[in-house]
Amino acid sequence: MNAPGNSDGQGNGTAPASEGEPIVAFENVERRYDDVVAVGGVDCRVEKGSFVALVGASGSGKSTLLKTVNTLVTPSAGRVLFAGEDVTQMQQARLRRRIGYVFQGIGLFPHLRVGENIAIGPRLAAEPIADERIAELLELVELDPAMADRMPDELSGGQRQRVGVARALAGDPELLLMDEPFGALDPITRDALGEKVRELHDRLGLTTVMVTHDMAEALLLADRVLVMDGGAVVADEHPRALLSGAGGDTAQGLVSVPRRQAEKLAVLEESRAAE
Amino acid sequence: MNEIGEILLGLGDKFAAHVVLAASAIALGLVVALPLAVWASRSQTVARLSLGFASLVQTIPALALLALFFPILLSLRAVFGEDLPTLGFLPALLALALYALLPILRNAVTAQANLDPGVLEAADGVGMTGWQKLRLVEAPLSAPFIMAGIRTASVWTIGAATLATTIGQPSLGDPIFAGLQTQNWALVLAGCIASAGLAMVADALLSVVERGFANRNRLMYGIGALGVALGVGSALAYQMGGEDEDTIVIASKTFSEQYILARLIGDRLKEAGYEVSYRDGLGSAVVHNALASSSIDISIDYTGTIWTNQLKREDNPGREAMYSRIVEWEREENDIRVLGRLGFENAYAFAMLEGRAQQLGVTSLVDLAPIAPQLTVGGDPEFFERPDWEAVVDTYGLQFEEERSFSPTFMYNSLRSGAADVIGAYSSDGRILAERLTILDDPLEALPSYDAMIMLAPSVAGDKKLTRTLEPLIGAIDVEDMRRANFSVDREDEQKVSPDVAAERLSEQIGLSD
Repeated sequence: MNAPGNSDGQGNGTAPASEGEPIVAFENVERRYDDVVAVGGVDCRVEKGSFVALVGASGSGKSTLLKTVNTLVTPSAGRVLFAGEDVTQMQQARLRRRIGYVFQGIGLFPHLRVGENIAIGPRLAAEPIADERIAELLELVELDPAMADRMPDELSGGQRQRVGVARALAGDPELLLMDEPFGALDPITRDALGEKVRELHDRLGLTTVMVTHDMAEALLLADRVLVMDGGAVVADEHPRALLSGAGGDTAQGLVSVPRRQAEKLAVLEESRAAE
Repeated sequence: MNEIGEILLGLGDKFAAHVVLAASAIALGLVVALPLAVWASRSQTVARLSLGFASLVQTIPALALLALFFPILLSLRAVFGEDLPTLGFLPALLALALYALLPILRNAVTAQANLDPGVLEAADGVGMTGWQKLRLVEAPLSAPFIMAGIRTASVWTIGAATLATTIGQPSLGDPIFAGLQTQNWALVLAGCIASAGLAMVADALLSVVERGFANRNRLMYGIGALGVALGVGSALAYQMGGEDEDTIVIASKTFSEQYILARLIGDRLKEAGYEVSYRDGLGSAVVHNALASSSIDISIDYTGTIWTNQLKREDNPGREAMYSRIVEWEREENDIRVLGRLGFENAYAFAMLEGRAQQLGVTSLVDLAPIAPQLTVGGDPEFFERPDWEAVVDTYGLQFEEERSFSPTFMYNSLRSGAADVIGAYSSDGRILAERLTILDDPLEALPSYDAMIMLAPSVAGDKKLTRTLEPLIGAIDVEDMRRANFSVDREDEQKVSPDVAAERLSEQIGLSD
């Protein structure tokens, strides 16, 4: 049972906690909405070059935690460090341009061409990129460079999210944040795009934090899985450790779903073969 | 149809004034509405308050809104000084801009509220500052909706701008109001055609801009915007070229007699070498204030009207005393010069059919008193509420069997149909001639006098050449002359003439031209 990017990924096979240089550090991060605690005291680090999945049920606080990094959400208490600096003390727009952000809503600007969408970050930073670079980015996500001149509404959902990934990569980000990036896609597109992202992560030496509710996706793509429940991180394990029963009840509950499905499929296959 | 064409061709200056007024009002509305919409998109309270206010404004009839700015600006003179105009362009601009506010604001707020939250999150995510987000995302995505609001506002404003005529701002309402009063339907139609045509052209051009925004077609919205800019620009240029400081502005209120007298005065001034323009169809209260502020230069007013409305007096000191007190008061209070009386009155007067009066042996109000309990009296809707009526009732002890209100046209018909025996007519009305009415004498002078006077604004009060030119009119027009002239304009048969022609004829009649 080997995840595709897991066999040679960094930090694989050793204890996930503090190793290497942290690019993100959560220090007792809390976020409350009135009386509701969305995130309650998270304390952990993300090393450079790692691919971390934040997994949990709806309302577990995973998305809120992710958004504290690019300050779409501000912590009620505690702090978040990006490359050693408190994110709330940094200039917001400049911070966000250093971080690629891909989310379920995709949010392509409907009035801008695909190429303009991809180039928006560098343009905002007054470092516009050339058409060749746009073509290169489109090729990275396996799209025809000629698509640069299309409008977003001429694209399929999967193509649009590929453009979303290309846009996030355009500014050579130090960190890639993904919030349920494949949530709205069909299973085949979802699978293909997931593998593509993992491949790009390895090829470009990215640091990636991905929020997902799908444990199978997390196990197959990430080299470290944080399981969240009720606003707290309840497990922090390698995929392989999770599969061998580590991480406690909540984590094992989530792992059991794809495992049972796989077992059922295997049984089905055997019975077919026996016929 | 030819007549309408000719009138349309002569409407150039009104058309230009209308375009400039409407465009300025929409521009001002935009300048207020857009920042307000941005603010409203960031604050629920602002959204509620601003939309509530704009909706409230919308419930005020446009005519009332225009009129309301007169007292508002008058009270603002305490802050901005006496030079603040209270009539004409400024109040029209402010009222129409307020009126244009709602459609623009509502569409802008709705557009912002309906922006895809994903797109807004992406704008934050890629690191846009608040300003960049507004300029690069919110504005272009809201633009088609805002343009739709601007289109609605334009059509409304161009229509409502015709009402600016009533507060002394030239517009395409001038021919409409003038036509309504003199029952010159060609004039009304020409004004309506011009204003409706303007609204349709503006709407078409703006719809091109709107579609350009929606399809992100720069050429399209460029062409539309260019069309609008050219239209407004040439109207502005036309106005700049036509505006002349030395032009004498003659006002008229909303009835035929006023139009005729304005032309009579205007013709004389033109002959003497003056540039003349007419500000027709002004409300009665507006005329006096416009005169005092020199927004207009000359008006015709009536002693009884000034006595009640300006001096706020309810007594009746008699014809001569009233006149001399008014002359004195206008000079002291307003620097207005009363040049003199034209010679006729336009007063309330009790009238009967000639035959009926003879049959009953009535020649004066004294004769009427004993038989009044058997008679029905007719009046216009306000007649029975006026001090004039009360004065007559008290003085002569009149007690009629019935009092009936009619619109002025039906009031005159009522005598012939027998619906009324005696009516409160207007003494210079042409229909007194046409219907062969007898005016009953008022020996006890119970009815206040309404002598027609030429009034000069402070701006021209000292102009010797002008006063010399107009002095021959003093005492020159008797009530028969005026009735005949009024009737020639008010009649509805083949012999109906325009106020211009009536003024020429009147001038000949009184021996002032050949």
